[in-house]
Amino acid sequence: MNESFLFGRLSLSDFEPLKIFHNPDLSTAIGSIASWIVIVGVVAVLGLLTVKRWWGPLFTQWLNTTDHKKIGIMYLAFAGIMFTRGVLEGVVMRAHLMTSYEKGFLSSEHFAELFSTHGTIMIFFVLMPALIGLMNLLVPLQIGARDVAFPKLNQISLGFTVVGGMLIMISLVIGGFETGGWTAYPPFTGATFQPGPGPDYWVWAIGLSGVGSLLSGLNFAVTIYKMRCPGMTFMRMPLFTWTALCTSILLIFALPPLTAVTLMQALDRYLDFHFFTNDLGGNMMNYANMFWMFGHPEVYILILPAFGIYSEISQTFSGKVLYGYVSLVAATMAIAVLSFTVWLHHFFTMGQSSAINAAFGIATMLIAIPTGVKVYVWIATLWRGRVRLRTPIVYLAGFIVFFVIGGYTGVMLANPTINFAVHNSQFVVAHFHNVLLPGSLFAILAAIYTWFPKFFGFRLDETWSLRTAYLFVAGFAVTFLPLYALGLMGYPRRSPAFDDPAFIPYVVVSFVGALILVSALTSFFVTFLVSVRHRDELAVPGGDPWDGWTLEWASPAPVPEWNFAVIPQVSSRHAFGIEKMSGQAFQFDIDRIEPVDLPAKSYIGLAIAVFGTMMGFALVFWIWWLAALSLLVMVGYGIALGFLPDRPIRISAEEIARVERRWIEAARSENLTRREDEVSPTNHGYAAPIAGARA
Amino acid sequence: MSTNTDTVLKLGEAEHRRELRSYYWGFAGAVVLTAFSFLAALWQPFGPFVAYCGLGAFAVAQIIVHFRCFLHLDLTRQKREDLQLLLFTFLIIAIMIAGTVWILGSLMDRMM
Amino acid sequence: MTSMTSMTSTVADPGVDASRPLHPGLNLGPAHGAAHRDAEMVVFGFWVFLMSDLVTFAMFFAIYATAIDATAGGPGNAAITDLASIAMQTGALLASSLVFGLGTVAMKYNEGRAKVVGLLLASLALGLVFLGLEIRDFMHAAEIGAVPMRSGYLSAYWALVGLHGLHVAVGSLLIVAMVAQIGVFGLRADVKSRILRLGLYWHFLDVIWVGIITVIFLPGAFA
Repeated sequence: MNESFLFGRLSLSDFEPLKIFHNPDLSTAIGSIASWIVIVGVVAVLGLLTVKRWWGPLFTQWLNTTDHKKIGIMYLAFAGIMFTRGVLEGVVMRAHLMTSYEKGFLSSEHFAELFSTHGTIMIFFVLMPALIGLMNLLVPLQIGARDVAFPKLNQISLGFTVVGGMLIMISLVIGGFETGGWTAYPPFTGATFQPGPGPDYWVWAIGLSGVGSLLSGLNFAVTIYKMRCPGMTFMRMPLFTWTALCTSILLIFALPPLTAVTLMQALDRYLDFHFFTNDLGGNMMNYANMFWMFGHPEVYILILPAFGIYSEISQTFSGKVLYGYVSLVAATMAIAVLSFTVWLHHFFTMGQSSAINAAFGIATMLIAIPTGVKVYVWIATLWRGRVRLRTPIVYLAGFIVFFVIGGYTGVMLANPTINFAVHNSQFVVAHFHNVLLPGSLFAILAAIYTWFPKFFGFRLDETWSLRTAYLFVAGFAVTFLPLYALGLMGYPRRSPAFDDPAFIPYVVVSFVGALILVSALTSFFVTFLVSVRHRDELAVPGGDPWDGWTLEWASPAPVPEWNFAVIPQVSSRHAFGIEKMSGQAFQFDIDRIEPVDLPAKSYIGLAIAVFGTMMGFALVFWIWWLAALSLLVMVGYGIALGFLPDRPIRISAEEIARVERRWIEAARSENLTRREDEVSPTNHGYAAPIAGARA
Repeated sequence: MSTNTDTVLKLGEAEHRRELRSYYWGFAGAVVLTAFSFLAALWQPFGPFVAYCGLGAFAVAQIIVHFRCFLHLDLTRQKREDLQLLLFTFLIIAIMIAGTVWILGSLMDRMM
Repeated sequence: MTSMTSMTSTVADPGVDASRPLHPGLNLGPAHGAAHRDAEMVVFGFWVFLMSDLVTFAMFFAIYATAIDATAGGPGNAAITDLASIAMQTGALLASSLVFGLGTVAMKYNEGRAKVVGLLLASLALGLVFLGLEIRDFMHAAEIGAVPMRSGYLSAYWALVGLHGLHVAVGSLLIVAMVAQIGVFGLRADVKSRILRLGLYWHFLDVIWVGIITVIFLPGAFA
């Protein structure tokens, strides 16, 4: 391979956009066009920023912010961009599979690249950042704090996460991604079989974004342990905060195996070590083992916050206290601990003794118990509540029905004897999409609907939101349920072509489902456009559009930078709800308002994002000088932080009192919204409590 | 007033001595236990198996000494969550290492 | 006498409460005011990081355990381990830890900037001695062909010992940074808090080292 000092092993032939000019086949052309879409997208965004003169605000209000709310919004925006790519890749794959009786239109190589990026993106750069974004938005508000424990570290976490996303986006334009699936098992992804840049993109995208996730977990664990407002005992915390705590603990302990495994894979690939190679004492089974020590807790990192969201919306939209708070907390903790004891069920067929398989199979089945408890808790919460069929309830209903199916197939897969039969088949693909879409994705979409008004000051358009929800639920069912049948019929996963015509009807139905999912995604974006256009009718300055009972609703919308004029003091699980019921909400106590020091702004997160991406890219293409330089800049900036002045931003008591007074005076003069009017323009975010509805 | 300051100062001195002692004793304990470990490995007076067990026991003892004397963790006065976190970490590590050795050991056995 | 008792009891009650440690490692104590109270959260956060790091090391230990027989005909640990050098490295590391601990005590009891800086630099010197000896061992291993590219066992060996060495190197760099911060800012509250955390890190590396000598080096004497 040609190497130069300046450009490492980077050469013109790595540039995907050029390939369309070289008389390409259809498969290459699709890849090339995708790279052009990225380029045009970037240019369009830069142009928009320039035309609208948004560069200034972008740098001074967003990229240097340490405000947990803005950081949370940036996480969600990032997840949204990656989600769009992930869905489109999914559709291309389904289209290919529909035509892949004997041979589809994509090359095998290209298809393998697509399922690898699709999986990597959806798990690491959609679900994880979206959930961490929601944790950012909600946790400090729910526990009555002004920010997270370490605001600057929070920015650094976001920076590392963005590095991963950038690298995977760059891989679409320069060099291509690996073809070993999102798990990237060596030796197939080792230097012998894939010497090119693909697996290196994976290593650095996952390794660096993993650092970010780990730091997020640390930040939220400390925030929840140490920053709860007076009276907020553990057993008074809202359930989303509980699940965020358990998720943080999982992040802290599950990410190290991933860091270790990516590091070892890098050593194998770059320095010719022999951790996972075929020869000289390498052992790829070590990789599978260690990867899944991360991978299984990861599944619960993706699902526990979703459980928290469903707990919140099931009580909010049924006007009823959650049935079984304590059992739900206990179930969450049980799941968190059990999730560390089941990793082997991802490789039952690797060849270990049946005693080991049996032990891990039983441990896996045990998880169904606390999970079952939770499903009953949500159903019991809705039971005899005054359920309002808003968008989140549509997602919740879809979740309960389909997640139970996904859970049951999980118990089936947990049985090693069954697992041997359906291992590596479409059945597995159906199972994990069946838990991750209704479980994690629907929860994120429901959460966006529910909490969007809190942070932007206006509700999302109800009609389009409902449309989106129905389309997502239907699209999921049509796309993925047929795969169960396909799997049982013997269709292996990750297979670019099949030779049994009996599969054809199923792949056609599945493709139709994929089209429904694309329309759902489109409808999702239309929702925002329509809502922004009608933001005046949808405005909820009171900040409490759904009659919420937890602390995050006890502030105007959008939430002021300081979150609370006075740090609240709570004496129950439903502090704000009880205040509203007893008429003690909206009390103005000017004497208690003091100036607030907000964390200083910083550019460390941006620096990490930029130089981390440069370092990752340089390492992928062996441009050693650039890698060293970028690392030096990051370390240097980190050390310099200790020497730079760190002056908090002081908000005067008058300013806080002004905002607080306006909010409270409006609350006194407004007509309070009854629940049946909550999606009408009369809902200004001041909720009339439902008398006697509470447990 | 002066008596009060004196008491505080005396309390401070006592604490000062106690803390210095903690580091010196910790260092002495660590050195002695390391020496035991080396001797156990080099001499093996009761055969290799006992020596292995001895190594493990000395290591655990030394780790406890380090946590007690250098990292100032103890069972009584400490804020609970630090210790809980440490114990939970040990639990996770035990699960991970024992699981790995069990699984990979079985795989190796079956490949022989 | 009576007034004395009453005074001690009133002073002692909140006094006992205030001197209760807030976090692992050395506590500055209530005499340091806000610096002591503020340390609670940051030191707890750092403690969480250390726990996570402990799991990372555990992974390398686990890989080492599975790779003991994967020598592929290359040298095993008996061939590379020089117990005399390991004993010296252990001594340097333990002494460095002790000296760092004394430095934090000197900081707590306001024994002057010079003493704190002196002890930190002594600790750094001992850390560098450790690193020097370790590098010498690595170079010797490379000379006899025990390079990590030789076998799965040697990969695991180099990675685990090297990861600890890397941590010591980072710690050394941070000691330099802290000495510089003392020079620029004096023993300001946030500087003190950082030194406490660095102390935790430095002592934590000893615990890892105990694991390493027990699992890697001393069993080398058995062969």
